[in-house]
Amino acid sequence: MTAIEMQPPRLSVGPFAWLRKNLFSTWYNVLLTILALALLYALLRPALQWALTEARWGVIAANLTLFMVGQYPRDQLWRVWLSIYLLSVLLGLSWGIWKHAARGFALIGLGAGFAFALIGLLLNSNVWINWLVAVALLFGFYALGRILPKRARSITSLAWLLYFPLVILLIAGARFIPFLSPVPTNLWGGLLLTLMITIIGNVLSLPLGILLALGRRSKLPVVRYFSIGYIELIRGVPLVTVLFMVSLLVPLFLPLGMPTPEAVIRAIIGFILFEAAYQAENVRGGLQAVPRGQYEAAQALGLSGPLTTALIILPQALRAVIPAIFNSFISLFKDTSLVSIVGLFEILRIGRSVLAQSEWLGTHREVFLFAFLIYWGFNMAFTYGSRRMEEAMGVGRR
Amino acid sequence: MSEIDQSQEIIIARDVHKWFDSFHVLKGINLEVKKGEVIVIFGPSGSGKSTFIRCINRLEEHQKGQIIVDGLELTNDIRNIEAIRSEVGMVFQQFNLFPHLTVLQNIMLAPTWVRRVSKEQSQETAMQLLKRVGIPEQANKYPGQLSGGQQQRVAIARALAMQPKIMLFDEPTSALDPEMIKEVLDVMIQLAKTGMTMLVVTHEMGFARAVANRMFFFDEGQVVESGTPEEIFKNPQEDRTKLFLSQILSH
Repeated sequence: MTAIEMQPPRLSVGPFAWLRKNLFSTWYNVLLTILALALLYALLRPALQWALTEARWGVIAANLTLFMVGQYPRDQLWRVWLSIYLLSVLLGLSWGIWKHAARGFALIGLGAGFAFALIGLLLNSNVWINWLVAVALLFGFYALGRILPKRARSITSLAWLLYFPLVILLIAGARFIPFLSPVPTNLWGGLLLTLMITIIGNVLSLPLGILLALGRRSKLPVVRYFSIGYIELIRGVPLVTVLFMVSLLVPLFLPLGMPTPEAVIRAIIGFILFEAAYQAENVRGGLQAVPRGQYEAAQALGLSGPLTTALIILPQALRAVIPAIFNSFISLFKDTSLVSIVGLFEILRIGRSVLAQSEWLGTHREVFLFAFLIYWGFNMAFTYGSRRMEEAMGVGRR
Repeated sequence: MSEIDQSQEIIIARDVHKWFDSFHVLKGINLEVKKGEVIVIFGPSGSGKSTFIRCINRLEEHQKGQIIVDGLELTNDIRNIEAIRSEVGMVFQQFNLFPHLTVLQNIMLAPTWVRRVSKEQSQETAMQLLKRVGIPEQANKYPGQLSGGQQQRVAIARALAMQPKIMLFDEPTSALDPEMIKEVLDVMIQLAKTGMTMLVVTHEMGFARAVANRMFFFDEGQVVESGTPEEIFKNPQEDRTKLFLSQILSH
């Protein structure tokens, strides 16, 4: 018998085919579609009408800088813009160099840039120029990235690693650097504060969590019981209490004569301590998923315990729990809204203080909708990033 | 076949006992292996044969008796254990390749981190070994992209990269599809002919006939019978050996 080579059946594609197949395939589907559309319209019409006619979006426009950076000195705002421009440059370069692999991130960056520019324009704020500069930089460095030699890859990777410490340095400043006078953290606010807590908290809590997870499986009873005690203690109390405790107790634990850290630093310490316990449990889940045979193979090759952990077990464990780790990242991002309790002005608290201004009384809907969109937009980007990372690290895991 | 050094015992096991909780798995195993010998260990499942060879590189701890490998006694001294492990290669039933590393990285890992061999040199050795096991073209793939037989051959190359004096095989073909068993056995036969000291837990009697110097029949934690393949196949002394051989050779 001869094998017959056949083409796969041709599938109809395109939006119309999709519509016909999914929404209008039978008479009752047509009916359901029309009913659903009518219902949606009825539900959304008042909201849309409100958003387009009644809403006083001026409250956002007038306080946009406040929402974004809080009390950050206005003459130092260029540092924030510089951070954003640097991000544009890196995104553009990566897009040009890695093409498809970095395209999604670049598109998110472009989307955000255009969205902010549009918001600026609509609200009659000058920031639209800055956002267009950011977008232009992204495109410009995309073009540059396309013609750069392959060597540029390692340099760009390094630049990404340096980006976050650099931004922290830019925003915080330091006494010994000219033009970068220190900005006390109690002036940080709004989205800037939210993002700084998120980034620093997440970056530092993950290594601590990994150590705790390894400690929990240690053969040394002291290490094991300390880790278990710490994790269970922290997981047994709400974040708010940890934030309070750190704010009030840290000064007591410091050696005499040492100045008390600023409130933001204390809050970040609280987040790190809290988040580490959760990351530890995430990582432990990954450690348990690594089969026993992997330990045995590593031991049989003569690898020492620490080498086995670092080279064989952790890479596999962490890869298995990327979704859980990102889940905790996102939780931390949203939990930053609690720092208002210890007197810090993150984006939601700024919103409430704006509502107290006499000329913007009663604009709750506008303010909270704005905050809602900011949180949601960033979380969508995080989620996308996590998915891409899973795909990229899933190589060979078939 | 290369010569066996009659003077040198590379593995000595004296009255080795082991318990899993209260279950007595190994009941006084006495066994000596000379340099260059190929030993086949066979027996019904649960007879302690895997447990025994896993004691030789301390993946399992024996609780009574003495095991001496290449002049070093296995004790709780972690230095001794790591020294012995880097001289003893092991191949597992389930391959146990590192799924997050490429084939080449799997083979280069231990030489670069344990032996401190330079990257260039260990890569060269790794490629030579891959040629030897017949799959140099798979060097940059991940284990998950290979067939079972190919994975097991990579596992053999990985163990050989440490230039071990002894190779342990724990049922190396039991997890393989029938058409892949031969490619792995061929590599093992070729290895046996280079004079490698090998301890092989297997039911592949064809392999035993072809290259084994001596065979040990394990049952219920004891060595029931031992001898050359000829003695074991032609003239088994014990009833249990006869019964077991008739069961595995009948079809």
